[in-house]
Amino acid sequence: MAMRLEVPPEAVTADQPGSKEKPRNKPGGWKLAIKRDWRLYTLVLLPLAYFAIFRYLPMAGNVIAFRQFQPGGSIFGEKWVGLKYVTLFINDPSFWQAFQNTIILGVLTLLFCFPMPIIFALMLNELRSQKFKKFVQTVAYLPHFMSVVIIAGMILQNFSMTGTVNQIANTVFGTTVNFTQDAAWFRPMYISSEVWQTMGWGAILYLAALTRVDESLYEAARIDGANRWQQTWHVTLPAIRPTIITLLILNIGTFMAVGFEKILLIYNPLNYQTSDVISTYLYRVGLESSNFSYAAAIGMFESVIGLTLILSANAISKRLAGTSLW
Amino acid sequence: MVKGATVKGTAVKEPAAKNGQVKEGPVKPARKDTGVLVKDMKVSRSMRVFRVVNLAFLLVVVFLTVYPFLNILAQSFSSEGFINAGQVNLFPLGFNTETYQLILADPVFWRNYGNTVLYTVVATAISMVLTTSFAYAIAKKELKGRSVFIGIAVFTMFFNGGLIPNYVLITSLGMRDTLWAVVLPNAISVFNLLIMKSFFENMPRELEEAAAIDGLTQYGVLFKVVLPLSKAIVATMVLFYAVANWNSWFQAFLYLDNPDLFPVTIYLRNMIAGVTTAGSAGGTAENVGQIAANIQSVTIVLTVIPILCVYPFVQKYFFSGVMLGSVKE
Repeated sequence: MAMRLEVPPEAVTADQPGSKEKPRNKPGGWKLAIKRDWRLYTLVLLPLAYFAIFRYLPMAGNVIAFRQFQPGGSIFGEKWVGLKYVTLFINDPSFWQAFQNTIILGVLTLLFCFPMPIIFALMLNELRSQKFKKFVQTVAYLPHFMSVVIIAGMILQNFSMTGTVNQIANTVFGTTVNFTQDAAWFRPMYISSEVWQTMGWGAILYLAALTRVDESLYEAARIDGANRWQQTWHVTLPAIRPTIITLLILNIGTFMAVGFEKILLIYNPLNYQTSDVISTYLYRVGLESSNFSYAAAIGMFESVIGLTLILSANAISKRLAGTSLW
Repeated sequence: MVKGATVKGTAVKEPAAKNGQVKEGPVKPARKDTGVLVKDMKVSRSMRVFRVVNLAFLLVVVFLTVYPFLNILAQSFSSEGFINAGQVNLFPLGFNTETYQLILADPVFWRNYGNTVLYTVVATAISMVLTTSFAYAIAKKELKGRSVFIGIAVFTMFFNGGLIPNYVLITSLGMRDTLWAVVLPNAISVFNLLIMKSFFENMPRELEEAAAIDGLTQYGVLFKVVLPLSKAIVATMVLFYAVANWNSWFQAFLYLDNPDLFPVTIYLRNMIAGVTTAGSAGGTAENVGQIAANIQSVTIVLTVIPILCVYPFVQKYFFSGVMLGSVKE
């Protein structure tokens, strides 16, 4: 769930998992392998049990989306009810409201939160003083290490009636706005806080990529008469393009999961109209109203869309840019 | 003409190389960059403007990043009259430490704080055992079934069971209101696992082979040879997990009902939720909300302090960890 905060760079390493490279075929089958490596296999047992119980069992548990579920009963439900819960949410206007909000927040996040770290990294890269660069980085990473509860507390206080934003609004426009409760202001509040939170840390992979740009390319570009801007455009950007694409795919993959924990902490019934997303809606339906099967149906819909998005983004980038996660 | 792909395979360059060349002292922008090329001289004026703008922009970023923290700090030491009037921003007004005394004297706060420490320690220990053993095994290229194991782990990054089935599972396992509901469900972070795996993969094989010839078993190799050489990555992973656990709240929020078991993040969360309710009631409740703003700020400050204390190390290790994860071998 915390996945989207930590910009996982696994993708960059992820050439091994699922890569086409076949495991070297060794003579002898499992028997030999186990005889030789049984100690290694014992190391794998507990982690595999972990994945089975806490990752794959819940996946299977999604069948309750098609079955009647009795709290306290089997985690796989009691009896088949077919598409009952699916048709239920398809005809539920609140679901579609949440769906729409999810899409809008997802698009806004991609639009604002995705490019900012790139720009930030490029600007840092132009700094000549390494000390100052280090200083800016140190400060900018700070929000990444804060609990989302603390972030939420800060957002609500800064946007409160007496908070800083309203102090400025009052000085400049002579009026105050109830940001935290006005549905019209939820999106700006959410997106701006999201940029604040992710811009610094998001730049880290770009900075890593920038240090690996071959200096001789700049040399060559300069000899060709390229100015700084042209060098950025023709050397730097192409050099970090694989990183950009990888992170874009990952961002698209988490598109549907838009800041669930944060929204859960900062939204309230007065701004559901714009703030309620699929994950928060299913949280309320499932855990506050105990409609487990109904919520599971919505959750499954969400995960399937998420998986579809990442698979298609990956396929498209593989075809167009030659970069892909696997 | 320069293709992105061509850059990929090139050797790692340290930024210092470029910098050393360019370095001239920041206040002497008259001569440009390398100072070699005529074309560069031409744009020197716009370059100078750009540098100033760039610097200014980054300073603004720094200020905006730090501001909310300073604001919370200021509020935590202010009296509610000034907060109420919307006057507190960078500096405390009506200096007061009563709220600090109040919170620090609250036994519930300390119990929850203790829980946070306990959960962090236990969860990090479990995570480290699971992650290290799995990463070590799947880093062995000759291990049969390796790609299946990797696939099992990586698939969970892109598809997960979702909130409801997880909730149902934990509940039916009888983990509600126990420490296990907090420390077990997210024990392995696949992200961390992959970083550790690539670290083990890059270890010189000769060391392990030599140890094996000396008669060490695979366990012996792991404990006596590999782990002592992996202190840096182990430290990095411990920090990764510890920070994540320290900050986590949602598992506790879902599965713990007994306030005696809450971590401090839930203590804070309930405070925030309380403010939201008081605020939405409007009118007279406004005052309650503002007093709470002061209490909230104090709690935030007290929760953030440990993170800030380890931040210099954390930041360094996180960065190298991420670099490690992102460098293709």
